[in-house]
Amino acid sequence: MYEPATSQTLSVHNLAIWRGERCLCRGLSFQLSAGEALQVQGQNGAGKTTLIRVLTGLGRADEGEVRWRGESLRRTGAEYRACLAYLGHSNGVKLGLSPRENLAAFCALLALPDSGGVDDVKGVLERVGLSAQADLPCGMLSMGQRRRTALARLLLARARLWFLDEPLASLDVSGVALLTEMLKAHLAGGGIAVFATHQLLDLGPFPVKAVALGLAA
Amino acid sequence: MRVTALIERDLRLAYRRRGELVTPVIFFVIVTALFPLALSPEPALLRSLAPGVIWVAALLAGLIGQDSLFKSDYEDGSLELMLLSPIPLEWMVLLRVFTHWLVTGLPLVILSSLMALLLNYPTNAMDVLVMGLLLGTPVLSFLGAVGAGLTVGLRRGGMLLPILVLPLSVPVLIFGAAAAGRAALAEPAAAPLYFLGAMLVLALTLAPFAIAGGLRVSLES
Repeated sequence: MYEPATSQTLSVHNLAIWRGERCLCRGLSFQLSAGEALQVQGQNGAGKTTLIRVLTGLGRADEGEVRWRGESLRRTGAEYRACLAYLGHSNGVKLGLSPRENLAAFCALLALPDSGGVDDVKGVLERVGLSAQADLPCGMLSMGQRRRTALARLLLARARLWFLDEPLASLDVSGVALLTEMLKAHLAGGGIAVFATHQLLDLGPFPVKAVALGLAA
Repeated sequence: MRVTALIERDLRLAYRRRGELVTPVIFFVIVTALFPLALSPEPALLRSLAPGVIWVAALLAGLIGQDSLFKSDYEDGSLELMLLSPIPLEWMVLLRVFTHWLVTGLPLVILSSLMALLLNYPTNAMDVLVMGLLLGTPVLSFLGAVGAGLTVGLRRGGMLLPILVLPLSVPVLIFGAAAAGRAALAEPAAAPLYFLGAMLVLALTLAPFAIAGGLRVSLES
């Protein structure tokens, strides 16, 4: 599914993030190699979202650095962004467009000529169970169906790194099962996943590391 | 790069909420029509006021909806995806401003000739007025986008936006109204038009960086 996994590691060195006067984490270091997952734990407000945003490069850390393939994020820029897929609190779904149109626009955003195929979008919509709603405006869909549209984005991106912030939000039981399956397939293909959830995800044979926030204060 | 797909998405979204797009156009028509009512219907007076009235009305009409340029993307998370895309943000921002101008600025330019007729503006000078607006309104769109990018994260950004943007719009207003005014008097109007052209080139090359910078700052917190 991906190129050989040599040196495909995401490493975090001595990271410190401050929110005003409050320290969210200090001296945080970990390393993730191909096929590994990391669960970010912590209470509401502990800084899970902030940490994930720093890992994607959307936010900035006060100290320390994040490295991908041994290179600091500050230097890799677009190259790093091409390797990652991000699912945030908000779905990144345009309510005025249908799931199919949303995904087509997302393909354009990825600038990948081969992933812009109509068949690709169709297959992915089928996988997340939205075939019947593919042409309805997302504004008419339920929150869970919008979340599924966002999940479909992850499948389209074919990114090696997944950053999921509360991916289970508004998903039903079959949605959780779908996400678990997606994560397993992703890890089996040599991907790396970082997710923040309150529930435990059973990823079977794949090791899930954990980082707990909120203890440093 | 699939530029057309991104423009197509923005145009499609604009079409789905076309009701909002009509607002600035109606505002422009009403404001221009108010002047003869408030001042006097005297043709000579209106003729001398026409360039200024058209330009101020176009400037104010352009401000409507300017704060929503990136607002919905900020709120639904699309902006994060744009920042995480391998395509440079500056480039995407340029496309966005272009499509925004296409659906809001261009209708104003087209309508302006009609409103100018209403104000007794001489028809043989119409080409200069329209040319000036064609060069000037995109600059106004870019300036507005800089403000919109900076204020996208603020709850009351919509109120701050005119205060930020209007002072910056002054040069465009001066040269635009000057060109139309001189043409009405049958004087050469090439110089102010060239200035507008220079401003457009500057805005086209520099504004995308400023807009992208503002968006990055807005999203970092």
